[in-house]
Amino acid sequence: MQALYAQLLVGLINGSFYALLSLGLAVIFGMLNIINFAHGALYMMGAFCAYFLLNLAGIGYWWALIIAPIAVGVFGMILERTMLQWLAGLDHLYGLLLTFGIALIVQGLFQNYFGSSGLPYAIPDYPQIGDWRGLQGGINLGFMFLPIYRGWVVIFSLVVCLATWFLIEKTRLGAYLRAATENPTLVRAFGINVPRMITLTYGLGVGLAALAGVLSAPINQVRPLMGADLIIVVFAVVVIGGMGSIMGSIITGFALGVIEGLTKYFYPEASNTVVFVLMVLVLLVKPTGLTGRAA
Amino acid sequence: MPETKTATRPAAGAGGAQVLSVKDLQAWYGESHILHGINFHVKEGEVVTLLGRNGAGKTTTLKSVMGIIGKRSGSVQFNGKEISRASSDSIARLGVAFCPEERGIFASLDVRENLLLPPIVSSGGLSLDQIFELFPNLKDRLNSQGTKLSGGEQQMLAIARILRTGARFLMLDEPTEGLAPVIIQQIGHTIARLKKEGFTILLVEQNFRFASTVADRYYVVEHGKVIDGFANSELEANMDKLHTYLGV
Repeated sequence: MQALYAQLLVGLINGSFYALLSLGLAVIFGMLNIINFAHGALYMMGAFCAYFLLNLAGIGYWWALIIAPIAVGVFGMILERTMLQWLAGLDHLYGLLLTFGIALIVQGLFQNYFGSSGLPYAIPDYPQIGDWRGLQGGINLGFMFLPIYRGWVVIFSLVVCLATWFLIEKTRLGAYLRAATENPTLVRAFGINVPRMITLTYGLGVGLAALAGVLSAPINQVRPLMGADLIIVVFAVVVIGGMGSIMGSIITGFALGVIEGLTKYFYPEASNTVVFVLMVLVLLVKPTGLTGRAA
Repeated sequence: MPETKTATRPAAGAGGAQVLSVKDLQAWYGESHILHGINFHVKEGEVVTLLGRNGAGKTTTLKSVMGIIGKRSGSVQFNGKEISRASSDSIARLGVAFCPEERGIFASLDVRENLLLPPIVSSGGLSLDQIFELFPNLKDRLNSQGTKLSGGEQQMLAIARILRTGARFLMLDEPTEGLAPVIIQQIGHTIARLKKEGFTILLVEQNFRFASTVADRYYVVEHGKVIDGFANSELEANMDKLHTYLGV
């Protein structure tokens, strides 16, 4: 049983990353109509940003959680202003190719300077309160041993996902975003600066990816190709969940992480392919994805 | 076919300052040239109606004024300010409000969100209470999804949401299209009421019987040009011509 719970936890953690990344992809696709293949590279940049902050400036994990998403988000907004905005109105294929090219360039540059092997990033050991040493160590729950950092990743990701959902579905800003996703021309004719909103939306989606990168750094190490490996699965998650639904991306992300974890326990041989098998099944039965709306 | 010069003759009736003045407006959708030099003006407090057949260029005229058509030339002045090169969001913020033919109710927003979507561009817009007084139906449907409303309710919502913004110049594109007579009547009352409150309205209509109940003046658009114009008092005298223009 210990092994089952351990795999469930791994599944939830992977699910957290799937959810954060597919959420950003869904928001970006809704607003920019771009399938952001650079998402994995930007996730990697988030992790590297945390690494640089620590090793070059002595700025630790907690600040990195705030600074890295903003820094990478700004980088994303520059990409959008200088390149992606010119693709408006063109076929999806162009956005996909451009962002794929950006991903290859960014990953190539990082590989050139840092090689392919992982750079270590320690779990933060502060604040120290009583017996707590930051997020290090673990708790014995009786039925399993829970490393604190892993529990933190799951809970924090869930909170960020729900906050993003709230922002988009329940606030005035979110109403602008949803309306502009449906009919940007009309929203602009009401006096809203839609191009600026698009830039900020891309920054938000990219920031979520960078945040996932920081969260992942202590677990998976910091590697130039960490995003390239992950993003393929995330795209399968997005296809299964359906583009365009915020809550759908969150639920599908966590659910597929768990399914993957369970597969690792019951039939490990299939654990790397189960998500893709599900993707094929969903595409056969409901091509718009489980929660997606028809285009 | 009459000559095109009649279009710029001075209006009967309202004598306020020109709110909108359009001169030699041309517009293109991609490669196709839709407007070939539109000339007309709207004075403060007037209701002016553009009449014409399907595809004559009425909607394109409204969209060009709103800055939605990418490729356009000529001059559009709003309260004396040249707006023919401005972006649609900056035009909206000057106080121009647009209600599109397809109504543009957002499916992913509920009625309240749809109603509150357009930002306030200046003070003096209608309050929510005033809006619910004009359109009592909307009050009971605030939490419904925008597109779950009936066609008539959607049209009311589309008009209601631009009244909140404080814009004093409204462009309504075929507000009566596809609606039941009783609802058309309600929209007619609303337009009359707005006119009384000093709104300036540019209306596109195919239904000139409806237009005649609210309009001060008419322009007839054909093949992307304004080919005729007359005041409401001259409507009867122009009936035969109108039937020819509109093919009814």
